[in-house]
Amino acid sequence: MTGSANPTLIPLLYLVSAVLFIVGLKGLTRVRTARRGNAISSLAMLLAIVATLLELGTFSPTWILLGIVIGGAIGSITAVRVQMTAMPEMVALLNGCGGGASVLVALSVIWERIIEPRSRATLAGGEFNTVAITTLLSVIIGSVTLTGSVVAFLKLRGWISGQPILLPGRHVLNALLLLGSIGLAGYFVATGAAAGNLGLIALAVCGLTLFLGILLVIPIGGADMPVVISLLNSYSGLAACATGFVLSNNVLIISGALVGASGLILTQIMCKAMNRSLANVLFGGFGAQETDSGASKNARDYGPVKSYSAEEAALVLESVESVIFVPGYGLAVAQAQHIVRDLAELLQKRGVDVKYAIHPVAGRMPGHMNVLLAEADVPYEQLVEMEAINSEFRNTDVAMVVGANDVVNPAATKDSNSPIYGMPILEVHNAGTVMIIKRSLSPGFAGIKNELFEYDNTLMLFGDAKKMLQDLVAELKEAD
Amino acid sequence: MTGALLVGLYVFVLAMFVGFEIITKIPPTLHTPLMSGANAVSGITLVGALIAARTGESTISSLLGLAAIIFATINVIGGFMVTDRMLKMFGQKKRKSS
Repeated sequence: MTGSANPTLIPLLYLVSAVLFIVGLKGLTRVRTARRGNAISSLAMLLAIVATLLELGTFSPTWILLGIVIGGAIGSITAVRVQMTAMPEMVALLNGCGGGASVLVALSVIWERIIEPRSRATLAGGEFNTVAITTLLSVIIGSVTLTGSVVAFLKLRGWISGQPILLPGRHVLNALLLLGSIGLAGYFVATGAAAGNLGLIALAVCGLTLFLGILLVIPIGGADMPVVISLLNSYSGLAACATGFVLSNNVLIISGALVGASGLILTQIMCKAMNRSLANVLFGGFGAQETDSGASKNARDYGPVKSYSAEEAALVLESVESVIFVPGYGLAVAQAQHIVRDLAELLQKRGVDVKYAIHPVAGRMPGHMNVLLAEADVPYEQLVEMEAINSEFRNTDVAMVVGANDVVNPAATKDSNSPIYGMPILEVHNAGTVMIIKRSLSPGFAGIKNELFEYDNTLMLFGDAKKMLQDLVAELKEAD
Repeated sequence: MTGALLVGLYVFVLAMFVGFEIITKIPPTLHTPLMSGANAVSGITLVGALIAARTGESTISSLLGLAAIIFATINVIGGFMVTDRMLKMFGQKKRKSS
């Protein structure tokens, strides 16, 4: 841009920044180095900003400071105050901000370079094409990320229904919106700088894709939000990439690609954990059909189940040697993380071997349950992944399921007609005794019956998770 | 396709590979901090926003740039801070149990 400070220093600063982003990400591969990794990433960001300001040379600090102060205040206050249970909402909003910023930058570049090019001559043909294509791509990806994230946020908050909202002909409508925006973008590029209404066309592309973002996420059910947030995370990275192409800035392209890759991998992991294809999550409207059919009626049709009180359950727990806790999202809803930890510590004091089995979709986003338990001071060494712990249930006295349902449903491994057949589950039914803390026999997200509740070795502990765990703690303390 | 665009494409594809290599090694325990941290990184759009708002004049492009700075800064600051908050909780456990 204007008046560069040093033509070799700046590209080198950008290079160091890109390397630090990669080093920082690498730090996240181990719990021990993760915090430092995050600090290195933020250093990389600072370096990129310094390099940019040096590259600009002359700039007006007022607006830049104003923007950073406002954004910094909102960001830091939210980061300090947000509840760990609300982390999916936070991530959804941050995704939206990233997407929104990309749209705004792209529109700004369109205005500056194409619509009101004051300082420079009209762009030559080739350059015009590059600017037009990259900015419009940035607008399209950013807009879908922005509104998609906002809808995901509203669904997670429960401000709009978590149920899939299925509009008639939505696939056709989505296809039309996508084709329409691409067509308009094509027209923009083809007519070139000669046309007078380019600003209007750019805004129309923006409007159509903002609408598309809403329509893409609204038919997706609440249970599938982990997949959607991961995917939007990837989009926000790709949006940053697109901005990088607009500015021909490699740091943006590199860091955007890292985020894009991260989001894609998490999306894939989530899909695998729910035994669903990405296409099925995005277009299936899973959960909507189930409630229409007779499945939901059968879902509550249980034979005799063994119901135990806290007192009876505590008697069982007094004589066991190993317990595996299986926390689900219901645990977080009941805010029972701390009391689970209390119970676990109490058992440990009695010499019981305690572990936690974490299903990949145990929370509402990848790794959510781990964060919730970490907040409750559960040592992360006790958290064991599904693959590693499934063989251990066989040698475990009690599997204590708290607020989880579908992820322990044996139908996923046995009944090929079950809608969740093939989904990887925690094989709690192999444990000596299965205790299930649950309010009622109501079905989980999948809306199906869980035959585990009827098994001979299953004890149902009906009640609110927090209350039941408190009672168990009290009973065990009394026994000491 | 212009040279810069082509080079950008090379960089993009190679960076995606680096990303895949590293991220598949990240343990599930850290997936939520990974996501919020990655989120903060995608706020790198701030660089573009700074360029867009540099003149400080009340042109449409500068005003859009200002809005972009606000969005991107929320993303960057919010993302890094909340990630640090989470990772701090993981760290505490280490000290306690050892």
